[in-house]
This record gives sequence, C-alpha cells and structure tokens, in this order.
Amino acid sequence: MIADAHAALLVAVMALVTMLLRGLPFLIFRKGRRTPAYISYLGQVLPQAIIGMLVIYCLRDTDLTAAPFGLPELLAAAAVVLLQVWRRNSLVSILSGTAIYIILIRLPIL
Amino acid sequence: MTAGNFLSLGCVADMNTEKTPRDSGGVVKKAFVKSVPVMAGYMVLGVGFGILLHDAGYGAVWSFAMSLLIYAGSMQYVGVGLLAGGASVLTAILTTVMVNARHLFYSISMIERYQDAGRYKPYLIFALTDETYSLLCDGETPAGADPDLYRFLVSLFDQCYWVAGSVLGSFLGAALPFSTAGIEFSMTALFIASFTQQWLTARDHIPALTGLFGTLACLLLFGPERFLIPSMLVITAALTVLRPRLTAGKEAER
Repeated sequence: MIADAHAALLVAVMALVTMLLRGLPFLIFRKGRRTPAYISYLGQVLPQAIIGMLVIYCLRDTDLTAAPFGLPELLAAAAVVLLQVWRRNSLVSILSGTAIYIILIRLPIL
Repeated sequence: MTAGNFLSLGCVADMNTEKTPRDSGGVVKKAFVKSVPVMAGYMVLGVGFGILLHDAGYGAVWSFAMSLLIYAGSMQYVGVGLLAGGASVLTAILTTVMVNARHLFYSISMIERYQDAGRYKPYLIFALTDETYSLLCDGETPAGADPDLYRFLVSLFDQCYWVAGSVLGSFLGAALPFSTAGIEFSMTALFIASFTQQWLTARDHIPALTGLFGTLACLLLFGPERFLIPSMLVITAALTVLRPRLTAGKEAER
C-alpha cells in the first residue's frame, strides 16, 4: 500500500482529468462549430482499441508458465465472450463469467 | 461505463426546447422510471468496485469519494490497480486520458442540447457517463416537463445508484465471512464483454486488434509494471498511421 496522501493525489488527478475531458468540448467547440476530422476519427477508433488494451491490462499478471497455466482466466474469458455473443447482455456475461472464475480458482484439480 | 455497450455515438438530436409550466412531482417520477434500467447495472458493478477497492486496502470513505468525484466506472476499476500499484501521477493522468477519452465525444454530441441548461449545465456535463449518455442521447423528454430538470434528475439518480453500490461494496468487502478471491475477475469480464459487444457491432476490427496486439507486444517488451504508457503511445501512433486505410472505405461508401 502507498501513502494515503499519494493515493488521494491520484484520486484527485483521475477526477480532474475526467472532469476536464467531459467539459473541454463545451469550452472549445461552441454551437455550430465543426469537430476536426482527426479528432472525430480518433473518437471512432480509440474506444475499441482502448478496450482491447484494458483486457490485456487486466490479464497482465496471469502466469502461463506455472500451474494452472492461466486456464481459469482462459475458460472464464471464453464464457464471457460466448454469453455476450449469445445473450448480448453485458450484466449477465459479467456476473456469470466472474462466478465461473471464482469457482474455477477453487477447484483442486486446476 | 463501458464504451459502446448500449449506446451509439451520433444519436440523432430531437431537441425539445419547449419550456412548459413545471410539474415537479411528475418529472421526478418520470426521471426515476427512465433511470431504472441503469439501476441494476450500477448497483452490481458499484458493489464489485467497492469490494475490489476494499481488498486493495481502501475502505468506504475512498469508494464514496471516488464514485462521487471521478464517477467513471471503467476508470475507477482501473484506478484500483493504480492505487494498489502506487502509480505515478503521470501514469494516472495518461491512463485517465486514454480510458476516458471517449467522454470527449459524448460531450461533443451533447453540446447543443446542454448549451442552454442554465444552472443544471455543470452537473449535466460532469455526470455524462456511458450509461447516462445512452439514456439521454435520444433527446426525448416527457411532454410538460422541464427538459433540463428531467435530464438533471436522470443523471442524479444514476449517480446515486453508483455511489450507493460502491459504498455497499466496501461494507460487503469488510463483512463477508468468506474469501472474495476471484471477484477481481469482474473487471476483466466487464472489459471482455465490452470488447465482444464492440466486435459484434464494429464494421472494422483493425482498431480492436491494434489495441489488443499493440498492448500485448508492449507487455512482452516492457513487462507488467510499465507497459501502459508505451501501449497508449503505440496505439495512438498506429491508429494515426492507419487512418488513411481505415477511413478509405468510408469515403468510398459516400
């Protein structure tokens, strides 16, 4: 754990940057002004790429070289993908995938 | 909270600027009914966030403060990792910019609608999460209600669910008699579900693959402690280089 002051600073930074991102367009692009093409291009492609990045970020500490060789992560992730394709309900996919993971890491065989 | 779950950027504006005599009892009820679909999701994900944050060593005061001040679901989940790992301020800034950059575009699409919202405007802008955006981007407001007050209340109800869920999660994390090991996968599942949903609706999969493999390469190259900033730079650079290619199809379609 880090010092509370540094943690509070990080929270403040996350809050301020988030506020800035939400507020900036209202300051820059007034009514009727067009958004630059590069910015709207990034708006279309960045979210998909960043979600991909966050998936890897979440799995960064998975150890593939020792038992259980990332098997619980792989199986639970596959369940989330399949459920999402099938039901298209994020909440169902997230809850089921997490439940499957919680069970898998407690199985003595894995 | 997750990009593109049930929202579509570029929602068609159907401005309802008419101001009619207000009926505050009715508008509260209508705003509440509108916000109900978000309630379950925010409560569940909020609880998950609270438990994770508790397991990282930060209690109810922290989850309350983060949900009140940051109020961005994905970022708060990532924030748990930043707090637990003792990230630098620069990492926190860059990560927040990348994870929340999409909010720029929600705001851009709401500029006209929120322009004249008066005293409600600051909060409406602050509280524009993925879910609230998805509720309000169709521009519809009930007849006879002040549209600004209605949007303010929908936004406020949504944040109440999120804050309540987070704080509840903190207490649950402290009180649950059994181990919550594995609950951290809820964050992974959130992003995988969001990734899958975007994959299903996207016309082009190159951006998603750029994010996935660009980050994987940086993870292998820089290690799990310091790959986030390189990943963001690589992704932005790659997408900038790929721009002519990724926009070429769209030009041809016109």
